[in-house]
Amino acid sequence: MKKRPTFIFLLLLPLVTLAAKDELRWENEIKPQYFADKVIKESDLLAIEAPYRAEDPALVPVKIISKIPQTPERYIKKMWVFVDKNPYPFVGEFTFFPETGKADLAMRIRVNTYSYVRAIAEMNNGDMLMTKKFVKASGGCSAPIGTDLDAAMKRLGKMKFRLKPEAKDGLAEAQLLISHPNITGMQMDQVTRFVRKPHFMDKLTVTYNGKPVLIAKTDIAISQDPNFRFYFIPKGQGELKAEFTDVHCESPTSRAVCESGKKYEKTQEINL
Amino acid sequence: MRLFILFLLWPALLLAQPALPVTEVAPGIFVHFARQEFPNPHNHDHIANIGFIVGQRCVAVIDTGGSPLQGQALKKAIENTTDKPVCYVINTHVHPDHIYGNRVFKQPGVKFIGHYRLSRAMAARAPFDIDRAKAQWDVELRAEDIVPPDFNIHKQMRIDLGQRYLLLTAHPTAHTDNDLSIWDEKTNTAWLADLLFIDHIPTLDGSLKGWLNEISKLEKQTYRFVVPGHGPLATDWPQAIQPEKRYLQILLTEIREQIKQGKYLEDAVKTVGLSEKPHWQLFDAYHQRNVMSAFAELEWEDE
Repeated sequence: MKKRPTFIFLLLLPLVTLAAKDELRWENEIKPQYFADKVIKESDLLAIEAPYRAEDPALVPVKIISKIPQTPERYIKKMWVFVDKNPYPFVGEFTFFPETGKADLAMRIRVNTYSYVRAIAEMNNGDMLMTKKFVKASGGCSAPIGTDLDAAMKRLGKMKFRLKPEAKDGLAEAQLLISHPNITGMQMDQVTRFVRKPHFMDKLTVTYNGKPVLIAKTDIAISQDPNFRFYFIPKGQGELKAEFTDVHCESPTSRAVCESGKKYEKTQEINL
Repeated sequence: MRLFILFLLWPALLLAQPALPVTEVAPGIFVHFARQEFPNPHNHDHIANIGFIVGQRCVAVIDTGGSPLQGQALKKAIENTTDKPVCYVINTHVHPDHIYGNRVFKQPGVKFIGHYRLSRAMAARAPFDIDRAKAQWDVELRAEDIVPPDFNIHKQMRIDLGQRYLLLTAHPTAHTDNDLSIWDEKTNTAWLADLLFIDHIPTLDGSLKGWLNEISKLEKQTYRFVVPGHGPLATDWPQAIQPEKRYLQILLTEIREQIKQGKYLEDAVKTVGLSEKPHWQLFDAYHQRNVMSAFAELEWEDE
């Protein structure tokens, strides 16, 4: 009998090792919750660029690349991004349009631990595609939160566009920088008087000359100071406009009780 | 079988923990100089310089180490050195290699001291640290290991250990947003903790510009001895902080240039600061992360 603890420990060992790369959370929770009766095919029309070893779990640069152009006949309508092992796996739901030109999207996200990052795309004909990439987020002393909360709070709501000076193959690449602490609300409440409820950007709309090119629903897995890069089809003189709202929620892992926050906007004249 | 016995003996082993080796760098100031390593399951995140200062009346502990086990070993070292009781535990900042021996010192008569933003940072990081401690450092952490300060320092505070005064300074955001330094009046020794890295590459988890600003103030001082958070004792102040200053300045200059050229963060991590590689230990482990953190900060510097 006395041998049992060692015995059980040895039995568990291979499971512990395997657990790092499993897809249980996707199969058992995420897929049933978001895509209950859908057929999703892994496809190489989509790819994820992300570091295999993430240097900073608070700031993991991730780029979703679609290998098909957006045309009115055939385009990616929606894309979902998840980090399987995050406390709240949903990163965002992104809506694209033929006017987007190419449904690529770069962003910075929080990855709590070793996990798959996955992107699921819905085509305009209803086909569902998926790709995934394993990311090892660790990082000696850092945690998946921001570094200077007070600085981030001070400039909350500021936005700026940065554009490549010239269009390429009829496509313009824009970067949108948003200042927001995107507070996760993950904390040990009994330790501190400074309880911070989740407070994050929940909806972003980018339009070009009044027509949407990107609509995003986002959550706490987006890094402090959200940062997106996307494409649109430029037509000479025009106006880029970004609008976002934020939200306060009661729990880091439930969206049952939330209260709307404020609305922020930014416009920029361009000539490309 | 052997494991099971080990399990039964665990509390006894904790008590039998050998004393942490410490060096008396100035009269009454004892430092454990850690090896310069990346935190891993073999070193249990026991990678920071920690120690204590002895007064006529009592002892101030400065940082408690990466695990309760290391805290225990530090406690043993104190008991082997003096019969004076511990009256203060000073945490220099929130990083796990500096605070996770705290629990061992929690008892009546001991006051914990930290930067006023330390408890907020502890609360934000605790769930994440508790979650990963086993896998990444082979350390068991529980809620009781999160011991926030009793005294929250906003600017400065002077504490008396019995004919020995320590001046504690809470710094604006630099290495982290909750850095605290200690100055011992008697020996003119500054314990700068992670505001100063020697040989070990500096790790940025606060503000690049803020850190450079603190360095410009610190280097005007005329300290006799300076204890870094990582690396050997400095006796040549302010020369000892020049490599750190140079490294951070190179990050500042080169990242600003990248941003001006319209480069993205993903490009910058591949090119910025590589000339510094020969000068630092653990460069590959932390440099890219420093670039990312600095880049995200400097993107907003014109606002």
